[in-house]
Amino acid sequence: MNCIIIDDETAARAIVSQLCTQVPDLDVIEEFDNAIDAIKFLNQQNIDVVFLDIHMPGFTGVDFVQTLKNPPKIVLTTSDTNFAIEAYEYEAIVDYLVKPITMERFEKSVQKIKNTTVRPASKTGEATSDTGEDLYINIDRRLIKLKMNEIQLIEAKGDYIEVKTDTESYRVHNTLKKIKEKLPEKTFLQIHRSYIINFTKIIDIEDNSVLIEKNVVPISRSNRPELMRRLNLL
Amino acid sequence: MEECPNLSYVQTLAAGDTDFEQRFIQIIKEEFPDEATLYLSHIRHDEPRAAAEIVHKLKHKFNILSMEKAYAFAVEYEEQLQIGDMKHDLDFRKILDTITRYLKTI
Repeated sequence: MNCIIIDDETAARAIVSQLCTQVPDLDVIEEFDNAIDAIKFLNQQNIDVVFLDIHMPGFTGVDFVQTLKNPPKIVLTTSDTNFAIEAYEYEAIVDYLVKPITMERFEKSVQKIKNTTVRPASKTGEATSDTGEDLYINIDRRLIKLKMNEIQLIEAKGDYIEVKTDTESYRVHNTLKKIKEKLPEKTFLQIHRSYIINFTKIIDIEDNSVLIEKNVVPISRSNRPELMRRLNLL
Repeated sequence: MEECPNLSYVQTLAAGDTDFEQRFIQIIKEEFPDEATLYLSHIRHDEPRAAAEIVHKLKHKFNILSMEKAYAFAVEYEEQLQIGDMKHDLDFRKILDTITRYLKTI
């Protein structure tokens, strides 16, 4: 199994790392002093286990768990015992280690990791209601939470995308293809190579464009049939 | 009686790995003074909630140095700081002083 360690304290990371070295088949791939860098890493790497500190400044361990769509198995490491009940509300969290972690307790945790199967999170397109879901975008090392139902459209602009919500507009270094994977298929539709729209925000449609709030968005010829199929036409 | 810090947890964790033991002691020696200084600064500037954040980190060091009573005290003190109560600052400083002295000996 491979794992990463997330803790803002060097000493705490060193402890978990040392514990990992004493367990066969558990390799520490990377250590992070903040959750945001770890999320970026997890977007590119498959990891079996995350040892995660809850209490971190800014973006906490809980924020981390809530952000990941398909999280690996997570073992919380913390000094606070009073978070245990809440922790088990998240299916990805398989264990909860109270600092200072002993070898004996750590070994039990590793057994628990091996014996636990985490059910993958349901795909967004299969959700019955998408309105409660959130999307996090990374701007200047801050993860900003957007409600799916507040996103109007997303426009590709070179190496960036512009996410327009009901109240704000955000410029994010990402691609339309990547963000499309994160959006619920039921609500969002790509209608042009540079545009994804929130289907529920359409005000009206003309031949080659849709109106979303004050934005006129072009419809490409190839995407038009799918748009028409999804419309509840009289 | 004043509680004495020790390295029994660190040595158990090291399980004979002296390289780790030395590296870890070095980490504590570097992190602890910075955190203690930051704590004092927050208290000096009347920033109890910011001080609570540092106490949260420091109490972990108490645990690592097998100071169970100091840890229990820090847990309560952290909660007090969260509501703006800094009256146990002097008691907390005594623990910091004890550890500062100890770290000079290892």
